[in-house]
Amino acid sequence: MNLDSKIPEGPLSEKWSSHKFNMKLVNPSNRRKYSVIVVGSGLAGGSAAASLAEQGYNVSCFCYQDSPRRAHSIAAQGGINASKNYQNDGDSVYRLFYDTVKGGDYRAREANVYRLSEVSSDIIDQCAANGVPFAREYGGLLANRSFGGAQVSRTFYARGQTGQQLLLGAYSALSKQIGLGKVKMFNRHEMLDLVKVDGHAKGIIVRNMATGELTRHASDAVVLATGGYGNVFFLSTNAQGCNVTAAYRAHKRGAGMANPCYTQIHPTCIPVHGDKQSKLTLMSESLRNDGRIWTPKDAEVAAKIRKGETDPNSVAEDDRDYFLERKYPSFGNLAPRDISSRAAKEACDEGRGVASTGLGVFLDFRDAIKRDGQNTIKERYGNLFDMYQCITGDNPYETPMMIFPAVHYTMGGLWVDYNLESTIPGMFVGGEANFSDHGANRLGASALMQGLSDGYFVLPYTVGNYLGKQGVADAGKVTTEHPAFAEAEANVKARTDKLLSIGGTESPRSFHKRLGHIIWEQCGMARSKEGLEGAIKDLQALRKEFWTNLRVVGDADGINPELERAGRVADFIEFGELMCRDALMREESCGGHFRVEHQTEDGEALRDDENFAFAGVWEYKGDDIEPQLHKESLIYENVELATRSYK
Amino acid sequence: MALSGLVLVLFVMGHMLGNLQIFLGPEVINAYAYKLHELLPASALWAVRLVLLGTIAVHIWAAVTLTLDNRKARPQGYLEDKVVQASYSSRTMRMSGIILLAFIIFHIAHFTVRAVPGMQYESESKESRILEKTEVPLVKDGEAVLKNGQEEMTFNVNDMMVAGFKVWWVSAFYIIATGLLCMHLTHGFSSMFQSVGLRNGLWRRRLDRAALAYGWVVFIGFAIIPIAVMAGLLKQDPTGGLVSQVGETAAITESLEK
Amino acid sequence: MEKTMDLTLKVWRQKSANSTGTFETYGVKDVSEGSSFLEMLDTLSEDLVEKGKEPVAFDHDCREGICGSCSMTINGIPHGPEKATTACQLHMRHFHDGQTITIEPWRAKPFPVIKDLVVDRSPFDRIIQSGGFITSRAGSAVDANAIPISKATADYAMDAAACIGCGACVAACPNASAMLFTGAKVSHMNSLPQGKAEKDRRTLAMVATMDGEGFGGCTNVGECEAACPKSISLDMIAHLNRDYATAQIKNFFKPVA
Repeated sequence: MNLDSKIPEGPLSEKWSSHKFNMKLVNPSNRRKYSVIVVGSGLAGGSAAASLAEQGYNVSCFCYQDSPRRAHSIAAQGGINASKNYQNDGDSVYRLFYDTVKGGDYRAREANVYRLSEVSSDIIDQCAANGVPFAREYGGLLANRSFGGAQVSRTFYARGQTGQQLLLGAYSALSKQIGLGKVKMFNRHEMLDLVKVDGHAKGIIVRNMATGELTRHASDAVVLATGGYGNVFFLSTNAQGCNVTAAYRAHKRGAGMANPCYTQIHPTCIPVHGDKQSKLTLMSESLRNDGRIWTPKDAEVAAKIRKGETDPNSVAEDDRDYFLERKYPSFGNLAPRDISSRAAKEACDEGRGVASTGLGVFLDFRDAIKRDGQNTIKERYGNLFDMYQCITGDNPYETPMMIFPAVHYTMGGLWVDYNLESTIPGMFVGGEANFSDHGANRLGASALMQGLSDGYFVLPYTVGNYLGKQGVADAGKVTTEHPAFAEAEANVKARTDKLLSIGGTESPRSFHKRLGHIIWEQCGMARSKEGLEGAIKDLQALRKEFWTNLRVVGDADGINPELERAGRVADFIEFGELMCRDALMREESCGGHFRVEHQTEDGEALRDDENFAFAGVWEYKGDDIEPQLHKESLIYENVELATRSYK
Repeated sequence: MALSGLVLVLFVMGHMLGNLQIFLGPEVINAYAYKLHELLPASALWAVRLVLLGTIAVHIWAAVTLTLDNRKARPQGYLEDKVVQASYSSRTMRMSGIILLAFIIFHIAHFTVRAVPGMQYESESKESRILEKTEVPLVKDGEAVLKNGQEEMTFNVNDMMVAGFKVWWVSAFYIIATGLLCMHLTHGFSSMFQSVGLRNGLWRRRLDRAALAYGWVVFIGFAIIPIAVMAGLLKQDPTGGLVSQVGETAAITESLEK
Repeated sequence: MEKTMDLTLKVWRQKSANSTGTFETYGVKDVSEGSSFLEMLDTLSEDLVEKGKEPVAFDHDCREGICGSCSMTINGIPHGPEKATTACQLHMRHFHDGQTITIEPWRAKPFPVIKDLVVDRSPFDRIIQSGGFITSRAGSAVDANAIPISKATADYAMDAAACIGCGACVAACPNASAMLFTGAKVSHMNSLPQGKAEKDRRTLAMVATMDGEGFGGCTNVGECEAACPKSISLDMIAHLNRDYATAQIKNFFKPVA
């Protein structure tokens, strides 16, 4: 597996400009001879499809939802970073770059992050021009806020619905191109295989989820923008349909999968309420500005609270453990996501958790209300308090909120080079689906930035570069008549038939839950060698059981949610194993990956830059063969590696 | 809908104000009727009538097309169908409209064309009317009466209304219809502004209240006349209201006898 | 421990777009009051799968009230009885033990049922495709602060843009009209300075597409606003009407070459 990152020569700040100049161009009148497939219609996919079509390429775009507007980018709340320095508070391209590399715990590629930071300003301009109603000051200029512990105010936002507004911006640009006939949109279509011809990605096999029909689609290049794999945990803040299938199918066809163990656990989610729960809901991190996080010092008190015998408000001050304030006096309740999440888990592991399941800690506004008055708190967090009350039925003005960490984002993904091209030539990967920019931990308000950067400003250049290099003589040469399509389609059909015919007794959802349980326990917030080795064995057993005892009701001829989930869970089980392998291989703690063996005396993450400053890229070797690890060394020429400290 | 509605809304108010002159005495309302009929050229009167009829036709045409389109847009309804905030009047525009149409036809036949079977209309003879004091003297055409020794043309609208509303079911129908008109207006009046885009959250509340007030004013303004007639507060006046002093009736009778 | 309840569900079942559907009655037991409405349906699905029957198909995705996928009429009200709440954010504590709940798909000719509670909402996409965009090629934008937008305008545009495209407005409207959806998008884009250049064209094109898709006409009854999970105001319909009238008049008197 060739892991040439193709980072352009020259100083960091000139890499992208010189690379753009050196790229192959496609004559505007020749662009219509090429076709490009874009899988996914979120921020990355939607903006890439629209931009490529604007340039003149023929684009086919696929999404599993009933409309491209429903991709899960829509659920992002907080905002989008850009180094505009509109606030005159010392922000710059370099500072955003530096913060992102540091926030990623020095496990991201410098050149990519710098480019991201460079185009961040253009993204805001583009979105404003598209009609995104960003928050404004009275003077009519854009408002900013500080977000996720950043020292500068560089986050642009549209109320608590920034992701929605940015996605609708990309969706409207995409819709225009659909209306013009430049993009063919395939809603309710799920990619089930990648087709390679002569080593290059030349098409995909999709299932029309409304009719069950399998169809072949050929193109000159394929872009995957299929999101993250958080649903491997069963419970996450991801949408129900989010899955790893497209990325994993591409992995099986030869694309390297990088750093799958880097997952982000967000500390402020609403706790699980019971075994019927399908989804976790995120509460904005801003709540930690005023809320104090605690659990009872005494496990017995916690037990009584869980049973509803003790009112949390009656717990005396001395009996409360404000554990973040205790452990991290300088950052207190604002300690970074990974650190706060682990601290909450530890408290619960000690039996001091609250909520009916014992998996929850208090986020208490009592003191803030006493200090600032209920009205001030209401002004700041009214909508969040309402949302909490809507979901839990508890009134957070009177009784402390309960929170617990939940899987929120996955930094790992398909390996890509500087051009966002995977190890399969002609297959590009954008957005959360690739591994490139966030290292081992993503900062708040950076995901939206990366998705749009990839879609609006990187892929439209680099895909063109690839097509230009292939030459116009080859444009559209491969058709769906090629035997590789028949082979891939037959594979998909065989797999679907197999899923339907196992005839066992256990539902796909039940397997998914069991998978999630294993991953959450062993490859969640704290990971150990022993646990991961056990998890790999458990997952292999689960896989066997899945393929012998699965029951999928219904048929393949139309909408069948059971069949859809079965296919996704099958891939998730295999992918989960890969995740555990990756976590086992990475004998260090960094960002979202915490190995209990690698911590300082006071329980902090211990990075090993000497041995692990690389991206771990896995090559698929066969169903029951161990995947092969490749390493892309991460070279830091501009940033000095340091230990993150939040004491 | 909105534009034709606007014309009708304005007409209804004008019509009501005209009618209310009955409380100022027969001479006032009859003179008003006379002016409408005789002082304006006949073509103008007909133009107004045609515009009004045309407007109603447009209003109905728009309502029918809208209804048909709307029926088509939901071929299958809900098993359970709950209403959350739509007002009763807004949901019954079709029914109130259809009943109002029936009423308008009757109303025109009754008071304008004056050809409702079973109603007693006045005979052609002026003398007989005055002399015999027909009990239900609905006037078909203008008639000459004397005032201060001068012959003047008048329409005895006063008697026509009083006589008409003495029939209980006419009054009942009239009151019910104006009640429906009130309902129709409480939605229509405000809705009309929405349809042409001249409404927002603030003005919606104001206009809704204004529409309610308008509807009630129209209802009371119209319905008070049959009520007054039934209560005996308005009476017939065979002189056409032009004789306001005692003794003049005798003079008229005398002159007619000649 | 959380309270639980037993419920009777009357659910619309329809095998495919071409088959006729019917109501089926199911019982679900031990539904915890903390679960969401869709989690309650998940429970039903698992029960049905257990019996080898096909689960109820329904659209859903983010389950946090923003993607606009979920679309079901619950006891006669789109998204159920709670105001400004999508079905996925509706929690079972608003129901009581022993209750019978009727669940139907959106009913509108332009939204044909594909299966059970799943309908085809692609007409909404086509309305947007005909004009619901501000043309601005990637790379052609001026600095975002070059065009100041008053806070009031930005807030108003955001109010309109909050629409999640779920279709509850159409489902709730006695006429199956799509005026609230179209009005929201038109108001959002027409009110921003960036959207002015295409304002008339956008308005006329979107209304023409909307009418062509077979949605009913607006009779200003306001059920759409009541059902809207994002509380989009009827003002957006007034805004659309205003811009439509202006565009029509301008179009009528446009110079002819």
